[in-house]
Formats: sequence, structure tokens, C-alpha cells
Amino acid sequence: MISELIINAFLVTVMLAIGIALLRTRTLIFTVVLTSAYSLVAALMFITLDAVDVAFTEASVGAGISTILFLAAMAYLPKEEEENINSQILPALTCILLGGILIWCSYDLPEIGLLSSPVHQHIVPDYILGSRDDIGIPNIVTSVLASYRGYDTFGETIVVFTAGVAVLVLLKNNTQTSNQKNKNSKRKVS
Amino acid sequence: MNENPILRVSTKILFAPIILFGLYVQFHGDFGPGGGFQAGVIVASAFILYSIVFGVDEGKKLLPSNINLFLLALGGLLYGGVGIASMLLGEEFLSYNILGSSPQSGQHIGILLIEFGVGLTVSNVMIALFNAFVSFKSGKNK
Repeated sequence: MISELIINAFLVTVMLAIGIALLRTRTLIFTVVLTSAYSLVAALMFITLDAVDVAFTEASVGAGISTILFLAAMAYLPKEEEENINSQILPALTCILLGGILIWCSYDLPEIGLLSSPVHQHIVPDYILGSRDDIGIPNIVTSVLASYRGYDTFGETIVVFTAGVAVLVLLKNNTQTSNQKNKNSKRKVS
Repeated sequence: MNENPILRVSTKILFAPIILFGLYVQFHGDFGPGGGFQAGVIVASAFILYSIVFGVDEGKKLLPSNINLFLLALGGLLYGGVGIASMLLGEEFLSYNILGSSPQSGQHIGILLIEFGVGLTVSNVMIALFNAFVSFKSGKNK
């Protein structure tokens, strides 16, 4: 129990430090690297909550591939972030208020892993038994994701597909129109 | 294109184990943590590493763009196809029980196939996005 407390305290401290560093830096590459580090710490946080599948996804997608894609996209952006000249009092007040409400609400949450909490009562026992008896797969996360919630995962796959195609079409269109513009300008010259 | 010999050699050594780990995560998802999404990202990272070290043109020789786009669509089609197949066999959409000789083996086959579809789509979307971002500039300057 005490070791868990120490680990959680350490992870939260690192997350806070990364968050403060993120606020202070104006260089884009530092922002990208710090976001990646934040994802890695979040993955460790998920491991302490015994959510290994989520931690795996966070580490590979959040800390891995999205960092690469950010870096690839960064080549078209200015190196430094612009200084914000607007007043920051209103955003700060909103954040403090919202954070306060969330912390206040968290006191009503059931203890983590408590068997009698509502989320473990409704449909979860059926899934746990069904994963063993009907599907025969030891990893309950996979059986929920692929079988019980197969429609949702289908939707997620289609979302990934659509998002990828949309970005490809946008980038391709841009290069084509700039090519066409060049051709048009050449025609005018000739 | 990177001329550093350490990077080039270690990329060549690492490439196959990364793919192997991706396949392990893909097909071991029933028993341990993992599945199509994570495996797709891991496989994509191997190809992206290759493209970063040897250049995008070499990466496109390894995985040509038309095959990349074909596999991107094939993953979603495979997922939907499993659903349609179970419908044609007289069950509801995406109900895998009918696919095998017993309901349990049907579930195993269905989950394996749809996870493979997810992996195909995710990995190829990531590779295509990386290629699109990297080649965007060259198109703009023409």
C-alpha cells in the first residue's frame, strides 16, 4: 500500500513537472518531446491501475507514433510558438474552477477495484463469465473489444481509415493545385 | 538519407525483430495485452524507421504506395467482410459463432480475422500519413 502511494506520488510529480515545463517552453520540438514524455508517464500510471492494454496503447500510440507524426508535420510550422498577448486571467479561472469541481466530485467515486461499485455490478460479471465459457479467451479486454463490442471496434477502424484518407486527400489536393497554378502561370508567360 | 553507418546497420538489424514483435502482439492479443491497434502501430514504426534512415524513396521501394493504399482499404474490408460472412451464413452482423465448427472456435476465428483487419488498416494509415507529410514539401516546391 505504501509502495503504491510512493509510486503514484512520484508519477504525479513527474507529470506536474512536465506540464509546467510544457507551459514555459516556446520551442516546438521541446513541446513535441515533452508531450511524448507525458504520454510515457501516463502509460506507467495505467500500469499501476492494472490496465495493461490501455498502457500498451498509450505507450505505442501516444508516446511513439504520434510523436513521429508531430515531428513530420513540424517541418511546415515555424520553429517558435508566438507569444500570447491576450489576458490569461479568464482561462486560468476557468481551469481552476473546472479542476476544483472535478476534484470535489472525485470524493464521491468508489474506491478503485471495489467489487461492490456500480461499474462491477451491471454487465461486467456476464462478460467475465462469458469470456471464459462462450468465447474461451483469457484476455477479457480482447473479448469485449472484438466480440461483445465488435460494432464499436468496427466503427473505430472506419474512423482511423476515414481520417487517414481525409488527410491524404487534403495533402494530395494541395500539391496538385499548386502544380496546376504553376502550369497556369507558365502558360501566361508563354 | 542518413550516412551514419551505426544507424544504418542497427536499423537493418532491428527491422525484422520489430516486425516479429508486432506480429506477436497481433496474434497473441487473445492471451496477453495487445491487439490490432497496438500491433499496427508497432509494424508501422518499423517501416517509418526504415524510411527515416534510408530515405522516403527507399521506403517506398520496400512498400510501394499503391500496395500501401490497397492494404489500407483491405483492413476495413476484411473487418466488414467477416460481418457480412456471418450474415450470409444466417446469423447477425459480426456474430462469429457461426464461423467455426463450434461456437468457441467460431469466436476464435472471427476475433483473429477482425484483429488482423484492424492491424492492417492502422499500420498502413500510419505509414501513408508519414509518407504524405514527408513528401508534401517536395510537391509544394515544384
